[in-house]
Amino acid sequence: MNTLTALPEAILQVRNLNFFYGSFKGLKNINLDIKKNTVTAFIGPSGCGKSTLLRTMNRMYDLYPGQRAEGEINFAGTNILDPKQDLNLLRSRIGMVFQKPTPFPMSIYDNIAFGVQLYESLSKSEMDERVEWALQKAAIWNEVKDKLGQSGLSLSGGQQQRLCIARGIAVKPSILLLDEPTSALDPLSTGKVEELVHTLKSDYTVVIVTHNMQQAARVSDYTAYMYLGEMMEFGETDQIFMKPARQETEDYITGRFG
Amino acid sequence: MTGFSNMDPAIYARRKRANFIGLVLSMSAMIIGLAFLLWILAILMIKGFSALSFSMFTQSTPAPGSEGGGLANAIVGSLMIVLSCTLFSTPIGVLAGVYLSEYGDRSRFAAITRFVNDIMLSAPSIVIGLFVYSLVVVSTKHFSGWAGAVALSLIAIPVIVRTTENMLKLVPISLREATFALGAPKWKVSITVVLRAAKSGVMTGLLLALARVSGETAPLLFTALNNQFFSADMNKPIANLPVVIFQFAMSPYENWVDLAWGGALLITLTVLALNIVARVAFREKVSA
Repeated sequence: MNTLTALPEAILQVRNLNFFYGSFKGLKNINLDIKKNTVTAFIGPSGCGKSTLLRTMNRMYDLYPGQRAEGEINFAGTNILDPKQDLNLLRSRIGMVFQKPTPFPMSIYDNIAFGVQLYESLSKSEMDERVEWALQKAAIWNEVKDKLGQSGLSLSGGQQQRLCIARGIAVKPSILLLDEPTSALDPLSTGKVEELVHTLKSDYTVVIVTHNMQQAARVSDYTAYMYLGEMMEFGETDQIFMKPARQETEDYITGRFG
Repeated sequence: MTGFSNMDPAIYARRKRANFIGLVLSMSAMIIGLAFLLWILAILMIKGFSALSFSMFTQSTPAPGSEGGGLANAIVGSLMIVLSCTLFSTPIGVLAGVYLSEYGDRSRFAAITRFVNDIMLSAPSIVIGLFVYSLVVVSTKHFSGWAGAVALSLIAIPVIVRTTENMLKLVPISLREATFALGAPKWKVSITVVLRAAKSGVMTGLLLALARVSGETAPLLFTALNNQFFSADMNKPIANLPVVIFQFAMSPYENWVDLAWGGALLITLTVLALNIVARVAFREKVSA
């Protein structure tokens, strides 16, 4: 039994989504709802389409001519797959943090201010506040508060990733998409980022792709198991991990394959 | 070596010999190349050093037959021409490089531009000089420093376009995606983040292009010409080091020949300085 119902608090609805890399079908008829102020995890073996699905949510695939999506993704009352959709505006409302930390070649302060300045005009003191707030939220303020003028590249890997998360939070998006945010990090930094995802829930909606099942079990409220471009099962995390409805899900979770 | 029981000693010995021969051949080639390089620098230093003096920087080129003199007008003229060239060629070259790298990945127009740019890279400088002559000098009815700057720009721009595009292409896609993901428009992604990330490589390319044009002679022969007297007027013929060297080197006057060597040494030291600055000031700082 699939626990799929369009509840009123759904902030993003995916309907009949098919995705193509050229002629190869990467996603097959995906239907799911992302609920507001929750953490949803996409899990599955390599190549199952979890990153592909994530990247349709902020139209990141648009940068690459051979890739296209068919179907509907409804957010804030519109279908964001519509060609007339303003992509820059969309991406300011649905943010993304990538697997590899990518600090901009500027000071830590400017890294945060860059995104904010795109759509808001704040005074210097307001911007200072916003930068501090974002860095606090990302649990990195204490480590960088004395060196805001230093280049973002001077931080360690784990700090850089938290800087990227701060950068994503600073523009106050509705949804934050995290694409394997801790794959490139050491266990200590991973722990800090997972704690962070937990605290973000109250203000944001988070969708996280992870190849680490234990991480999905730890941080998420809902989990989607994907395999070969199909949504195999979607439901509350506890239920998926303790009593999965489908045999395929159980095989993956117990490590029989994948 | 114990335990290496299936090694054939004859094969091992042959490999060691081949290794040694390879090393000897490559080192000899290096020594030969380096020897000529050092020989050129040594001759320049020996012959040009005697001309290096305070008066070289303060006095203008001497009239034929007169004593002493310096290269002040040629130095100032060269500086002005190269500076103007920098001002023209930097924005055009860098922005064209940005276009080719960020916007022109698949368009036909970009492919053609790249192709033409590569042809321009190896265009004979004398042909460029003649072109600017017919375009600028003939229509303005006199030689000028500006014409010289235009000619040098036409030589510098293809170099800058090439290096800028290559440096920008080295910036990983992940940085661009991260910028787009914040909702930044494409021009902002390209200029504010990607170009900035490639800054040291682009600056190096600029400096090397400048080093290249500062010694070009043929284009200046038809455009800036030369001026015996001190002049800082770019609208008229202006003295410059390469043409002065050309004129003085084979003359019968001793002070002219000395000054020619001094000028050659000066150009060489400038190119050396530009290369050192490019390497030291713009090296990639290793992150912690």
